[in-house]
Amino acid sequence: MQIKHRVYENTLYVVLSGELDEHSAYSARIGLDEIFDMPKFKQIIIDLSELDFMDSTGIGVLIGRYKRMKDKNIPIFICNPSSHAERIFKMTGLYDIMPKIS
Amino acid sequence: MKLLNEMELNFKAISINEGFARSCVAAFCVQANPTLDEITDIKTAVSEAVTNCVVHAYPSLPGNVCIKVKLYEESVDIEVIDNGIGIEDFKKAREPFYTSKPNEERSGMGFSVMESFMDNLELKNNTGSGLIVKMQKFFHKRSKIAVGE
Repeated sequence: MQIKHRVYENTLYVVLSGELDEHSAYSARIGLDEIFDMPKFKQIIIDLSELDFMDSTGIGVLIGRYKRMKDKNIPIFICNPSSHAERIFKMTGLYDIMPKIS
Repeated sequence: MKLLNEMELNFKAISINEGFARSCVAAFCVQANPTLDEITDIKTAVSEAVTNCVVHAYPSLPGNVCIKVKLYEESVDIEVIDNGIGIEDFKKAREPFYTSKPNEERSGMGFSVMESFMDNLELKNNTGSGLIVKMQKFFHKRSKIAVGE
């Protein structure tokens, strides 16, 4: 699992690539928290276009990050999920807290 | 229902084997010529079942996981078997968002995802100890509907 990021006009763009499962969840949490703790952005967009695989462990990781950012009033948005990731997101109501944008 | 092939896979219940297990089962199922969507459904469901073995089944030392696959022309039966602590209340375990580890960042959606991505899901106690997760997936449902139309 790799995490790329850049900040542009108050928005933090994060691209997740590879596979997000129980095995990669720990490093995903650490990696995302490190990036999310940087100053100088007001919202986060997580791009999943390069994510090859995700199971429900991914939901736990995303909800955990949402809770941390909620305290700082920084909203998180999701873009480009695979159809399978989308099914899991809809099943869990994730879009209610992390809306999908295109 | 013609049996095409069958296999058994044994490995240690550690997280690095999740990717191995789901890829292996998916590659085996390719013989039945499923769609890419069906392959991803199977991969996801196997990943969920193996994750349960890694996270839940063995609280102290990791034991083994056995996956038995029976591949038919139009379906596949997959059993994910562990010898761990098992599950006391199947009904509760299958409830969406139920997790036995609420202090960890867990979604509690494992069985719900398996249920949704596969066509049948059954939980059984393993003789002795542990859990058997039995799943079934039918292939080519979409093409059949299309032909019927």
